[in-house]
Amino acid sequence: MTRGVQRSRDRLPWRSRLHRLDLTVSPYLYISPFFLLFAVFGLFPLAYTAIISTTAWSPRKPGSADVSVGLDNYRTLLTDENFHNALINTLGIGLVSTVPQLLLALGIAHLLNYRLRGRLVLRMGVLVPYVTSVAAVALIFNQMFARDFGLLNWLLQPFVDSPVDWRADSWSSWIAVSVMVMWHWTGYNALIYLAAMQTIPYDLYESASIDGASKWQQFWHITVPSLRPTIIFTVIVSTIGALQLFAEPFLFDTTRNNNGGSERQFQTIVLYLYQQFWTNGRYGYGAAIAWTLFLITVIIAAINFVLTRRIRSSD
Amino acid sequence: MGRGRRKRAKDGGLWITYGLLITIVLVSAFPLYWSVVVSSRDKSSVGRYPPPLVPGGNLWDNLSTAFVQGKFGLALLNSTLVAGSITLSVVLTSTLAGFAFAKLRFRGRNALFTMVVATMLVPTQLAIIPLYIMVTQWFGWSNDLRGVIVPALVSAFGVFFMRQYLTSAMPDELIEAGRVDGASTLRIYWSLVLPIARPGAAVLGLLIFITYWNDLFWPLILLNTQNPTVQVAIANTASGIEVDYSLVLAGTVIATFPILIVFLILGRQIIGGIMQGAVKG
Repeated sequence: MTRGVQRSRDRLPWRSRLHRLDLTVSPYLYISPFFLLFAVFGLFPLAYTAIISTTAWSPRKPGSADVSVGLDNYRTLLTDENFHNALINTLGIGLVSTVPQLLLALGIAHLLNYRLRGRLVLRMGVLVPYVTSVAAVALIFNQMFARDFGLLNWLLQPFVDSPVDWRADSWSSWIAVSVMVMWHWTGYNALIYLAAMQTIPYDLYESASIDGASKWQQFWHITVPSLRPTIIFTVIVSTIGALQLFAEPFLFDTTRNNNGGSERQFQTIVLYLYQQFWTNGRYGYGAAIAWTLFLITVIIAAINFVLTRRIRSSD
Repeated sequence: MGRGRRKRAKDGGLWITYGLLITIVLVSAFPLYWSVVVSSRDKSSVGRYPPPLVPGGNLWDNLSTAFVQGKFGLALLNSTLVAGSITLSVVLTSTLAGFAFAKLRFRGRNALFTMVVATMLVPTQLAIIPLYIMVTQWFGWSNDLRGVIVPALVSAFGVFFMRQYLTSAMPDELIEAGRVDGASTLRIYWSLVLPIARPGAAVLGLLIFITYWNDLFWPLILLNTQNPTVQVAIANTASGIEVDYSLVLAGTVIATFPILIVFLILGRQIIGGIMQGAVKG
């Protein structure tokens, strides 16, 4: 540094101009890698998806990329029963997996928040599923949910007449897929809640217990309201994740024709998008599904935001 | 941590707490244990009632068959390359941009940062069709690791994470002092910011590495069975009419245990990172 200063002392104006340039330009240089790559691989495909969605493009029909169909793809979606089915499946699995998952996470976080021996080991144990890939989770649970010789049916044996064919019905396949999602994400959400819980001042609990509040009342009237921003955060993140559900239903379907079961019992929106785009080569229609999914995501995230804001704040 | 602020469970309550937590940890670990059990058995014992609950003697056989049939050797190398290069790039670009957003003044800073946060909400699947066309037809990268790596080289989450980290970890006075000494911004970044950013960058790197090691959707579209990542390889072993589950679960063992070992070594940092990101997010 000092050597540089000495060398350039005789041409100070140049140096100070350089310094000014450094101050004004370098911030943009530093953020440019992100914005350049994001423009090419994020923003541009987004706009291009919108354009493709107004065409009849299929790689199997030469020249179809240039055939404009206006909003026809979107109109078709409105009456496409398979899309409606995929939407219902996605929302159903989303509810069955997200609601119990976040409640459970809240409970686990509450337990982890006690002063415990070996808390690092306990936290790591809870987080192990998060480190496991979705594909591995799906395949391991596939085996556990097998109709014949599956571990789960063996455990259920005393309670049911005949083995449950988990893939065969909507309700059972939704439960199976939701169990995979829950196993994967509950610990992660528990840690997020735990982090927020540790910022709650202990005095709040102390004065509440002097006032005669039970542990349960303290949990509902102090812990939950204090976690409001975190709860909003996790609800929105899990909702977006649930709407994008793909690998679990994709791998749960052993036939691999991407129908999501014989009667499309667990075909989700992204699995349907994948089927239209990949299996059937319908680029235009797939693009319309993608944009519709985005709109649905924004709407549901907004609804969630408004609803979860109604949890009473502690202050 | 804690410093006496956290509540202490009393007597009986404590044992219930331990009991519940240990049960939860066992439930969390059991499916992985069970994947080892199944992958250490032969095909016939998978179709037996009651299902086996302790490991058998076929683990090495199944693992080596998976390596040969499922191309797991190549897959491990590919996954390491993919996750490794993405991690390096994301950490570098995120630290740079995070530093600019946290500590430098420039026109449009808030608007641009709001954009970064907003882009975190855009699902990858939305861009999948054009991305596929671009990567395979325009760049000619079908079945090419570059097609998996390049679109993921930057991360909005990474920029967000490093900005939050540097805002609190990097004192403004230090930058002022550097300026007084006549250091250029690049010099300040290199000698002052990077050393301070290291713990945050390490956590970000771990989270990004885990994410891309485990990614399935995009590699599945781009790579064929001859050149898979580990996740694509295990998905491949599970396709077909006759699925040999002891082989499939041997694949999950191969795909999961390297990352699990990383987690066991660096678990404290990973947990710290998730919890830190949560409080600030």
